[in-house]
Amino acid sequence: MARIYVPRDAAALAVGAEKVVAAIQAEARRRSLAVEIVRTGSRGLFWLETMIEVATPSGRIAYGPVKAADVPSLFDAGLLIGAAHPLRVGLPDDIPFLKRQTRLTFARCGIVDPLSLDDYRAHGGYRGLQRALSLGGPAIIDEVTRSGLRGRGGAGFPTGIKWKTVADTPADRKYIVCNADEGDSGTFADRMIMEGDPFVLIEGMTIAGIAVGATKGYIYIRSEYPDSIKVMRRAIEIARDDGALGPDINGSGHDFDLEVRVGAGAYVCGEETALLESLEGKRGVVRAKPPLPAHKGLFGRPTVINNLISLASVPIVMSEGAQAYADLGLGRSRGTMPIQLAGNIRHGGLFEAAFGLTLGEIVDDIGGGTITGRAVRAVQCGGPLGAYFPRALFHTPYDYEAFAAADGLIGHGGIVVFDDSVDMARQARFAMEFCAIESCGKCTPCRIGSTRGAEVLDKVMAGERREANVALVEDLCNTMKFGSLCALGGFTPYPVLSAIRHFPEDFGRAPLGAAAE
Amino acid sequence: MAVAWEEQRASRIIERHRGTEGALLPMLHDLQDEFGHVPDAALPMLAQALNLSRAEVHGVVTFYHDFRREPAGRHVLKLCRAEACQSVGADALHDRLLQRLGLDWGATTPDDRLTVEATYCLGLCACGPAALMDGRVVGRLDDEGLDDLVREAR
Repeated sequence: MARIYVPRDAAALAVGAEKVVAAIQAEARRRSLAVEIVRTGSRGLFWLETMIEVATPSGRIAYGPVKAADVPSLFDAGLLIGAAHPLRVGLPDDIPFLKRQTRLTFARCGIVDPLSLDDYRAHGGYRGLQRALSLGGPAIIDEVTRSGLRGRGGAGFPTGIKWKTVADTPADRKYIVCNADEGDSGTFADRMIMEGDPFVLIEGMTIAGIAVGATKGYIYIRSEYPDSIKVMRRAIEIARDDGALGPDINGSGHDFDLEVRVGAGAYVCGEETALLESLEGKRGVVRAKPPLPAHKGLFGRPTVINNLISLASVPIVMSEGAQAYADLGLGRSRGTMPIQLAGNIRHGGLFEAAFGLTLGEIVDDIGGGTITGRAVRAVQCGGPLGAYFPRALFHTPYDYEAFAAADGLIGHGGIVVFDDSVDMARQARFAMEFCAIESCGKCTPCRIGSTRGAEVLDKVMAGERREANVALVEDLCNTMKFGSLCALGGFTPYPVLSAIRHFPEDFGRAPLGAAAE
Repeated sequence: MAVAWEEQRASRIIERHRGTEGALLPMLHDLQDEFGHVPDAALPMLAQALNLSRAEVHGVVTFYHDFRREPAGRHVLKLCRAEACQSVGADALHDRLLQRLGLDWGATTPDDRLTVEATYCLGLCACGPAALMDGRVVGRLDDEGLDDLVREAR
């Protein structure tokens, strides 16, 4: 029987994957052909979605972007034997966008059936846990520390050190919390893992539980990801039925169980302490630190709270060893980063690579420039709290320190491309407006500053005392940066100040000379 | 489909989560799934079940963008207004739609069929402009695509 793989990732669903499935079924019936359809995650080549793959003796052959209307002609051409067709893209691994990647965390994404534990195990799943069980808590933490893995949510804090703090803090119970409140525009890596390889997250959290002595974990998923919530909940049930979650997991003597909790549309809950408050059933208001969550986290207990990608990278670190992971990367940024190419970009999608590519290589070579065909003017890196980079900074290497040195951040790995029709004053104003909408209200610089910032930028855009008002915005940004409790108020100045600094002509200032940067 | 308020139903939902750690958000989500919004009558019930003050429950309900105090239209269209969608022309697209419908953000058509709301990122950032129609993801929207969604609702 012929086998066709069709993604069920939200990005494929959003462009008609279900209609493609229905069309394949109808066409196969009409021709009395037996076709098995296997649903997978996405390979992350979104300009080719819906990308379907057919199993052939020489490997899986991909076609994309496929619309339901293309299906009859695909069958006519010989889809089931991988024959030629204008939509045929060949072996996925030969597509340059995939060929250039180093897929570790995303090794299985788009390949396996996300809800098949057999498939997961057949593709290397649970090897990390096996090794972790043979090592025991302290050695697991040592391994994670030596791998150089840092928090993939944006702060870049060393994961192993966080785990050690929790392990060393005595308590009656401890928690593992996965931050899957992926609210940054331009990011979808967490979503792709949850919809394409959910067991890797379950395995990573189980390893974390064993390492620090926690028996309960929560995955906090934003409500904007309805498909992720469904897949993740089902995957947990499957793992529980298999004995991979629950008491005495697979006969190891360790207990560990997981639960999905759903957010309620508050961006600030992506901040770890606000997330913990929300999990406790409270308003998502940021906590002052200290105490650190590692000492007093969820319900006052020591808590490992990690970004989803950090946790999903742990199984590969454990199975391949710390050194193999640490061998990749640049400077203090070790391993790989799932870079998410988004916005006005021709080849948008997920690009997992070792740290160290330049921003220009990522946007121009890999991303292929804009989808509109116009010049790239600005790219926002790291979500709504990340800086706008002009072309003049495209030589910046993609790593935590180099981006910080350029007054930016890599954040959760999102890159949003804008063409030359963008008005940077409008983007700066949006940053302030977004902060005002999402501020939790606890600290004044964020709560009041964001609203005042939007008002003053309105005046700038209206041409009212522009120079004085831009100077006022800069001053306000300074207050927000140093006076806010968390990254929402503290980092909103990044997009605002970078827009003013690199694109002064949009704020009524003289353009930067050719000599500048 | 949302059902009309019934105290018994609400009690059962609240009861289902009793003993759950941090139960308030799961309770609120389930109440809203059942009734289409979080009715005021549920607030004192939640407060009593969780040993909270009514003010605390009110504070939580009003903090989160998702929870409604009033029913929405029969269909809810959430349009992504975040940067990645902006970069592919979402703002102008949204303006035109709201103008065609004569609506502002968050408002419902007079026939109660459609509520249009803003959302900030659906994780469909390389296939925008994106939207959620009654929980179903839709990408690469243009004027015709949006009109199709509106027709579906009316």
